[in-house]
Amino acid sequence: MPSSPASPLAPRAGETLLTGWGRTAPSTATVERVTSVADVQEAVAKATSRGLLARGLGRSYGDAAQSGGATVLDLAALAQIDLDREAGTVTVGAGVSLDALLKVIVPQGFFVPVTPGTRMVTVGGAIAADVHGKNHHVEGTFGSHVSALTLIDGRGVEHRLGPEQEPEAFWATVGGMGLTGVMTEATFDLIPISSSLVSVDTDRTADLDDLMSRMLTGDDAYRYSVAWVDSAHPSGRGVLTRGDHATADALPPKLRSEPLAYHPKVMATVPDIMPSGLVNPLTMRAFNEAWFRKAPKHRLAELQQIATFFHPLDVLQDWNRGYGPAGFLQYQFSIPDDAGHLVAATLDRLRRIGAFSPVTVLKRFGAANPAPLSFPQPGWTLAIDVPAAVPGLASTLDGLDELVLAAGGRLYLAKDSRMSPEMMAASYPRLSEWRRARDELDPDGVFTSDLARRLQL
Amino acid sequence: MIDALGEPQAVLVLGGTSEIALATVRRLPRSRLRRIVLAGRPSERLDAAVAALSAEGFSGVVQVPFEATDTDGHGMLIDSVFDGGDIDLVLLAFGILGDQDVSEADPSLAVTVATINYTAMLSTGLHAARRLRLQGHGSLVVLSSVAGDRARRANFVYGSTKSGLDAFAQGLSDALHGSGVHVLVVRAGFVIGRMTEGRDPAPMAVTPEDVADVIVASLRRGRGTVYAPAQLRYVMSAVKLLPRPVFRKLRM
Repeated sequence: MPSSPASPLAPRAGETLLTGWGRTAPSTATVERVTSVADVQEAVAKATSRGLLARGLGRSYGDAAQSGGATVLDLAALAQIDLDREAGTVTVGAGVSLDALLKVIVPQGFFVPVTPGTRMVTVGGAIAADVHGKNHHVEGTFGSHVSALTLIDGRGVEHRLGPEQEPEAFWATVGGMGLTGVMTEATFDLIPISSSLVSVDTDRTADLDDLMSRMLTGDDAYRYSVAWVDSAHPSGRGVLTRGDHATADALPPKLRSEPLAYHPKVMATVPDIMPSGLVNPLTMRAFNEAWFRKAPKHRLAELQQIATFFHPLDVLQDWNRGYGPAGFLQYQFSIPDDAGHLVAATLDRLRRIGAFSPVTVLKRFGAANPAPLSFPQPGWTLAIDVPAAVPGLASTLDGLDELVLAAGGRLYLAKDSRMSPEMMAASYPRLSEWRRARDELDPDGVFTSDLARRLQL
Repeated sequence: MIDALGEPQAVLVLGGTSEIALATVRRLPRSRLRRIVLAGRPSERLDAAVAALSAEGFSGVVQVPFEATDTDGHGMLIDSVFDGGDIDLVLLAFGILGDQDVSEADPSLAVTVATINYTAMLSTGLHAARRLRLQGHGSLVVLSSVAGDRARRANFVYGSTKSGLDAFAQGLSDALHGSGVHVLVVRAGFVIGRMTEGRDPAPMAVTPEDVADVIVASLRRGRGTVYAPAQLRYVMSAVKLLPRPVFRKLRM
């Protein structure tokens, strides 16, 4: 008997509804687990017109790691970690998370060159988004510390890329949001450490001016620096935390026996039943007030765990569920120093529409790297979380986009979920240069994402 | 692609001169809207709809010829629109009322009403669902009617087509549940407009703009089946429970 044609409406094997960390604008894709370079090459060969995309841990806020109708590759099985203690470098599979990596390297006296505010990202994702951390003002992005990476391009060809090997392709891949190919492996420098603790100086600042001037004058003395801003308070008061890895001989005697102990903990998981609207002006005023008061006015050389200092939100697993089914977004821009007033203007405009945020982060950026789509540029960066359901948010953010663009600033693709293609093209002037390199690597347009479609990359 | 704040980039209207559909397009968040495809029978009215939207500042407004009764052509038409880029929202908005008396005297009119309101909706709905399913995201709005909730003596030909359409749309919605494609079924009451010209408005009559408001709000909230106006849900629940002899006597 002839078999009847499969229904185009029926669910397909591996099909999964995917969103970013902000849990907005979902789309379905066929998720495929790969375990080798050959698997990736096979996936490239049989990609449909809807394309192919690698996804890490899905921590970009918007639509960067999803691609409707496409095949999405899960590289978690590319998990090898080869530490070269002599050279102080590590070679890892692209699916390795910073979480897994830190558990291996910290006890052996090493730290990752750059970590974002969560360790729940993969190395492939960190390079694709060219992530930054609290040390950007002195040590640059993650991509700046990569000496070599392996990339499977749109024809299935394996490339060995580095700052000296096919540099155009390398820098197009760093910050290229996974659109130049599938990374399978990377080698990068590590920071040698003699203890797993961080020596932290904390300052509570009276207002935004106070905070920003302290950062301008004092940040260069610290390897790590970040400020939390009270988004619910009109003064823009905040808490500035700065520090560096503590040396083993600076530890109190009882910690010296095991200076490199590393046991990060997850304290709770947020259930998937939170209503929208829990993040509202009332709760946010209370939360911000408490967060501000909990910080000491001025404290020097406090020893903090790596997880406490670098990844405070990771203690709450799935904290993004706290925003409820309507989801949220993060607005993050980088602007040159002379546009510093936009920080206050942004906080002000968002406060006026009731878009209060529990997580508002201000940081200084140092020099940019050669990657055409890399986000950081010298000056300031502000990141602010906002519930997606706040009325008037779309037009308020469009208005802020105009200010950011006019100031020579731009938005972070790993966070964006709503800018216009015009804003993208205007704020990333080297987009066409990146496109040329991308087209060389992927002439048939195999790699695509919802972000790429939305922004017409 | 629709963005995190629900701003669509591309819309396809089947029944490009539909007052409800055009009012809906005008009420959509428009800052990211860059492609509006109005599919309809080539006519001055369709030209005028394209011209009016363009004049109002909408960009990328185009028309494509679409004949509801040409069911063989539906697949190619919808494929060509989707081949030009992802569609975030499809409005199935064509239909005719037909004259009940004429239909009773000349069943070929009844067949035409059924072909357009049911057969062609089913055909375009399945083709659109196939393409939305393939792209893994998007919304499909099906314009149904309260006339389908319970067939009335005065317009049971039309009512039966909407009844069939509604059942189809409910099933389609279930088939696509969890696929990233969202189906919204809109059961409109008496809509004052071109289609009902010359008829006395029924109680709780609405304008195309009212229906459009319901559609836009329901899309944002991800609703499944809605009435326009919303209160009709309760009225129709009661109407459906009426004993038949009573219902017959109401002469609705």
